[in-house]
Amino acid sequence: MTVTALKKEQFVKFVLTVFALSSLLFLFLIFAFILIEGLPLFHKAGLKNIIFGLKWAPTKGLFGIFPMIISSFLVTFGALLIGGPMGLSCAVYLSEYSGKKMKMLLKPALELLAGIPSVVYGFLGVIYIVPLVRNFLGGSGFSLLATSIILGIMILPTIISISFDSIASVPKSFREGSLAMGATKWQTLYKVVIPAAKSGIMAGFILGMGRAIGETMAVIMIAGNALKIPTGILDPLRTLTGNIALELAYATGDHRQGLFSTGVVLLVIIMALNYIANFWIKKKRLN
Amino acid sequence: MIQMTRLFYIFIFLVTMTAISCSREGTGDKDDASTITIAGSTSVMPFTEKLAEYFMLDHPDFVINVQGGGSTAGVQACLNRTVDIGMSSRNLKDDEKTLNTITICNDGIAIVVHPNNTINNLTLEQIRDIFNGRIKNWKDLGWIDRRIDAVTREEGSGTRGSFEELVMNKMEIDDGIMVQDSNGSVKEIIATDPYAIGYISLGLLDKRVKGLAIDGIAPTVENIKNGSYLIVRPFLFITNGTPGEKVRLFIDYVLSNDGQTILKKEGLIDIM
Repeated sequence: MTVTALKKEQFVKFVLTVFALSSLLFLFLIFAFILIEGLPLFHKAGLKNIIFGLKWAPTKGLFGIFPMIISSFLVTFGALLIGGPMGLSCAVYLSEYSGKKMKMLLKPALELLAGIPSVVYGFLGVIYIVPLVRNFLGGSGFSLLATSIILGIMILPTIISISFDSIASVPKSFREGSLAMGATKWQTLYKVVIPAAKSGIMAGFILGMGRAIGETMAVIMIAGNALKIPTGILDPLRTLTGNIALELAYATGDHRQGLFSTGVVLLVIIMALNYIANFWIKKKRLN
Repeated sequence: MIQMTRLFYIFIFLVTMTAISCSREGTGDKDDASTITIAGSTSVMPFTEKLAEYFMLDHPDFVINVQGGGSTAGVQACLNRTVDIGMSSRNLKDDEKTLNTITICNDGIAIVVHPNNTINNLTLEQIRDIFNGRIKNWKDLGWIDRRIDAVTREEGSGTRGSFEELVMNKMEIDDGIMVQDSNGSVKEIIATDPYAIGYISLGLLDKRVKGLAIDGIAPTVENIKNGSYLIVRPFLFITNGTPGEKVRLFIDYVLSNDGQTILKKEGLIDIM
């Protein structure tokens, strides 16, 4: 290798390192930006009044986001209730039952599902799910139920791909051992394979939750965005992300800071979820 | 490897070129064209854009930048002198009264329901009670036994601000009521949900939704002009102090016959 080639090599390495570290820089900037904008209000209005406050009226100095925190978790668990069993079944089918042809059909379809923009999901929700809920179950249709259904579909690809990887990576010897003992395929699955893949499946569910809690566009379109804590599955509700997106356009001064405070809370929740997911993934490695 | 590095240099070259071209643009002829910057209410913005378009046809040396941001942002920008003209779809608050306001037209706010709704008329009091959460069922208004799906606009919106001022009379809008972030999405809900009620800009009223009469007075341009329909808000241009010569030229155009005709065609109430 000549000297110039060596220099080039070093130069390329340097540039690549800079680009690679820039993603870290972006993360840091986002953190700093949200905290700088959002924290002053926590000081001014009080942590308790913001997190446990029941009334959001930013132009009148009330910044309670408790109903939105509850609503965010409600839609997330709703989505998990719908998407969880579906996603897990699909992952098990893909890994244990489907033939090669079926797998070749299903996998790209799932990737496509993940790539559909959320505004399209929201649009479908408004046109189909909301009227269905309104006509058959009552209420306006813009509800916890409709939002959970749409989010449940949206988190499917996340749950399926991570659960599938974890189920497929269960060693073949586990299955063979169980079958050799006289267990049926279903018994093997239920008693051996799924428990062995548990941590990966949990990680998939938790990352799915992260996707659901962070979803914004589709949620604004179908949740109804009312400020009260919903009392039933047919009531409208407003999530943390929805609050920011709805009001940012017009917000100034304390109102704007209030939205950043909402962002701070959201950031903390997402960080906690990611931490828990990583914990489960690590646990899997230790096993 | 050589190909890789070549690609890399091309990339660096492109980045540099982009940077250079961008910086050239920034330092370009600033005072040559007459630039007018306008920002504020998203309700007024589409109409201002239209007016600016026509104005620039007649005055090719003018460049008019129209931006949104909301009424409050428009007023703030005007106070900071970062824009030449601010747009507002609500009256100024007391601490903003130092600014100079020009009413360019008026806009009614129509209370709308689904066309299948048999109710044609409500009193102001009843509308207040619906949005305050005291009336929750259509039965109480003489229709079927079904919950009312009321829809309001988000906090900070000029339309909501005017609605609170003109209809709610210091009473609060209930927290259980649905919130949408534009005239369009409110209208979409009303048009698809037979049990919904909401309020939108009068200019957007069409066959898909039904505008209710209030205390017997229908929301029409004539009724607003003769002063009988009362839920009307001004669309304002705001300037900090007396406007300069170039800005004056645009404002005069908006207030002229031509400008007002354009606004009238868009469904607004001209001030001629």
